[in-house]
Amino acid sequence: MSTTGTIVTQGKGARHGVLDRRRGSRVEPIYYLFLIPTLVLFTLAITVPAVTGIVFSFTDSIGIGTWSFNGLTNYIAMMSDPAILQSYLFTFGFSIATVIVVNVVAFLLAVGLTAQIRFRTALRTIFVIPMVISGIIIAYVFNFLFSNSVPAVGNALGIGWLKDSLLANPDLAWVAIVLVTAWQAIPGTLLIYIAGLLSVPGDVYEAADIDGASRAQQLFRITLPLVAGYVVINMILGFKNFLNAYDIIVGLTNGGPGTATRSVAMTIIAGFNGGDYSYQMANATIFFIVAIIISLLQLSLTRGRNTI
Amino acid sequence: MSTQAMPHPDANATRALTTHRAGKRAPRIRMERVNWTTTIILIACALTVLVPLYVTVSMAFKSTNQAVDGKAFAWPQPFSIEGFIEAWRLTEFPVAAGISLLVTAGTVTATILLAAFASYAIVRNWDRRLFRWSFFYLLAAMFVPFPVVALPQIQLTGRLHLDNPGGVIILATMFQLSFSVLLFTAFLRSIPLELEESARIDGASTWQTFWRIIFPLLAPMSATVGIFAFLYAWNDFMMPSLIISDPSLQTLPVRQNLFQNQFSNNYNVSFASYLMAMAPAIVAYLFTQRWVIAGVTQGAVKG
Repeated sequence: MSTTGTIVTQGKGARHGVLDRRRGSRVEPIYYLFLIPTLVLFTLAITVPAVTGIVFSFTDSIGIGTWSFNGLTNYIAMMSDPAILQSYLFTFGFSIATVIVVNVVAFLLAVGLTAQIRFRTALRTIFVIPMVISGIIIAYVFNFLFSNSVPAVGNALGIGWLKDSLLANPDLAWVAIVLVTAWQAIPGTLLIYIAGLLSVPGDVYEAADIDGASRAQQLFRITLPLVAGYVVINMILGFKNFLNAYDIIVGLTNGGPGTATRSVAMTIIAGFNGGDYSYQMANATIFFIVAIIISLLQLSLTRGRNTI
Repeated sequence: MSTQAMPHPDANATRALTTHRAGKRAPRIRMERVNWTTTIILIACALTVLVPLYVTVSMAFKSTNQAVDGKAFAWPQPFSIEGFIEAWRLTEFPVAAGISLLVTAGTVTATILLAAFASYAIVRNWDRRLFRWSFFYLLAAMFVPFPVVALPQIQLTGRLHLDNPGGVIILATMFQLSFSVLLFTAFLRSIPLELEESARIDGASTWQTFWRIIFPLLAPMSATVGIFAFLYAWNDFMMPSLIISDPSLQTLPVRQNLFQNQFSNNYNVSFASYLMAMAPAIVAYLFTQRWVIAGVTQGAVKG
């Protein structure tokens, strides 16, 4: 490192005691050995691909062979590509719906699991199981249930709209994807809410009791505001995950019927297999920017919460 | 990072638990009244988890003749392991499970070691620009979703002959790195320097100090980091399906996708195959759930 770094260090007097012998001298080489190989690997595995991708989004490359820069052509073409626009519309709609379902259900389950109930440990054990199962396998199990069992139940009970598979209906297939994604995502969200609820001191409720607040009032006026930070975290973490939806959709509908349930991630991969390398890299770059905006939103929101 | 100001989950846990709401309208006699309404509602909700698992198990143990009618809720009559035998042979289960195990073990080990090394170097040299910037550089990967870098990674791993489980281990480790470094550095900052100094007075080198003092202290965080890496590496479909080019080297979740067409209507075979793929993680979870739940809570609230 440069000498300026060392001078700054001395001014701040960052270390004390025995470790002082390092101050002003060089960093022990072993620390470089601890850090540099990982940095190099990380750069090769993530930074280089990210930069290559962005560069190629301004070219006409099909993935192999010669290519030349073509400016913003890919980006302009993307803006009027119905397949891409539809995938963004689907991905956002699906993510918003899933975030709402997951958070409402997980919050209510967490309230239940922190109440005076029987079999608390056993119930919590069961509710967490979906978290440890592979998304694509969950999707195949539910694919079978949606295609065979649910219509069978619909026939037996004479419920018309249940007789056909949800997955074959272009207007409703997304509902199945929301349900299965929620099934898998609820455990993680639930555990965060349980941690949040347990952090609310009990005497707050005692005081509310004395003041004559009803259970509903306590839930909305005390519990919710006190765990608001956890709600924000769960919403944004979930939303970021759901935007990348891939495994469960592959197992349930594979993007169909037609392209009704094709997520952005699936469009990028499918386009690549179809030879649209640079075009899909433009798509990926836009997707990247969207992800960054959401992450920045997360930082500003959570930081705001903490200061309250 | 963003939520450190929140009260620690366990801090008030005991108190809150003992004073939590009792019966619906009944006067609060804490710790004694069991809320049966809530208990029953929760048991009903638990069925949404248990029924798909029951269907998986019951379909897997049916004979081919019984399974073909697709009646999900019927009990296996007779019990048959035909499905398992066929799935074992068809999907080359031992090979696929071996590869999944290799990828998972490799990712978990590499993530814990590399992240612990890097975090220790970063925290102990925070006053040096290189180390400080490395921290933010590694953290930045949390903003990069896999689909964004997937296509160039496919090309790069292909060119470097890493289009195999080895490449998946490297990429999975790198994707876990940001989050793991975040957890380790937060924990390392809370370890008092005096602990190390005593070792150093006794003449231990940095390498020895790391292994004798730091790494054992990191154990709870290593468990959290390891659990996240395990769940990701064992269950992921998207990345191995794109990176590993030879289908015979694919992991268990990808095998299910590759053989989905060949399973066709032999539901007992497909469900036996699903069950064999999901069982190891479920069994591991049931035996270690205390740590899994603590780890996930800790990791998610900090991350």
